[in-house]
Amino acid sequence: MGLLVQLSYFLAAVLFILGLKAMSSPVTARKGVMWAGVGMVLAVVATLFHPYIEGVTNLVLIAVAIAIGGAFAWYTAKRVQMTEMPQMVAVYNGLGGGAAAGIAAVSLLKGTHGEDGTSVAAALGGDVATLALLGGVIGSVAFSGSMVAWAKLDERLKRSTLVENHQYWNIGLAALTALLAIWAFNTGFGLPILLFFAAALALGVFITVPIGGADMPVVISLFNALTGLAVGFKGYVLGNLALVIAGTVVGASGMLLTFLMAKAMNRSLANILFSGFGAAPAAG
Amino acid sequence: MIEVSGFVALYVFMLAAVAGYEVITRVPVILHTPLMSGSNFIHGIVVVGAMVSLGVAETPLEQLIGFVAVLLGAANAVGGYVVTERMLEMFKRSKKEDG
Repeated sequence: MGLLVQLSYFLAAVLFILGLKAMSSPVTARKGVMWAGVGMVLAVVATLFHPYIEGVTNLVLIAVAIAIGGAFAWYTAKRVQMTEMPQMVAVYNGLGGGAAAGIAAVSLLKGTHGEDGTSVAAALGGDVATLALLGGVIGSVAFSGSMVAWAKLDERLKRSTLVENHQYWNIGLAALTALLAIWAFNTGFGLPILLFFAAALALGVFITVPIGGADMPVVISLFNALTGLAVGFKGYVLGNLALVIAGTVVGASGMLLTFLMAKAMNRSLANILFSGFGAAPAAG
Repeated sequence: MIEVSGFVALYVFMLAAVAGYEVITRVPVILHTPLMSGSNFIHGIVVVGAMVSLGVAETPLEQLIGFVAVLLGAANAVGGYVVTERMLEMFKRSKKEDG
């Protein structure tokens, strides 16, 4: 059964790349998303037979979670107006980032549970622990940032500053998140990891709030690429190559797409990301 | 499971990044948003990772976080697909009207 699962993952990875390729041309775009869809179904069904999944309880929980999440997304995606599509992409992207952060949390928990005093680094290995934490911070930033992007596009959030001197707060938060990650790396599970996730979530909010609503599609594309990267890191942590390939492919193409979108608006990415820090907040 | 570690992982990572970059270099401006949505759907594969995480969860806390992760991942995949499909549906119609 393990071989069949691996074969399905392999086919899914191939279908994702070919699907993405087809999606970049107007003639084949619809075929492309269908191929990717087949790959997704293949990978999800195969995972139900994954040799690692043990216990009926967990299998039932998986089925229930997929049913609830899938039904919610199906319902909202079918109802949304065409003009509101970008913010729905932001929401689904944010959810993906949240899922990546959740995987990071479970990996970090598993690394240390039952063994008091074991550091995350020692329990998981330095490389896995590093990528688990990196994926955790990127996933969390993508999650909270995407949710702010959604609120901005949906005109639920109009303010463009949270605090005075936003840029210093952002730098400070980023530094704090990095320090907490180092602390979590060197100690066991508990407070450090909790604070680490809280700081990463706050960072996503603080980065996104100053950016103007008109620039949001580019920012959503950036978060999309970041979520892809986080998924790639999770693939390494879980030893799942389908995740590594799909995540990295999205990370790279999403990054390129972000630059192309910024270029189409005649702006540089740096200008978009940091424009809110200028003297003219009215521009948003 | 396939052992993915060290330099082998780095090679896979590099090749996947190049593939991702190369396959969309010629995308026309009109497809930017659908492509963003489509790649958003593809990273919905995170649901598979979440399923494995929940599958190996042992404590109630792990199960709770794993459950939420699967729920979010499934929503990412399903929502991403439906939204992309609807966007591209629009392309098909406008194409027919033009022809």
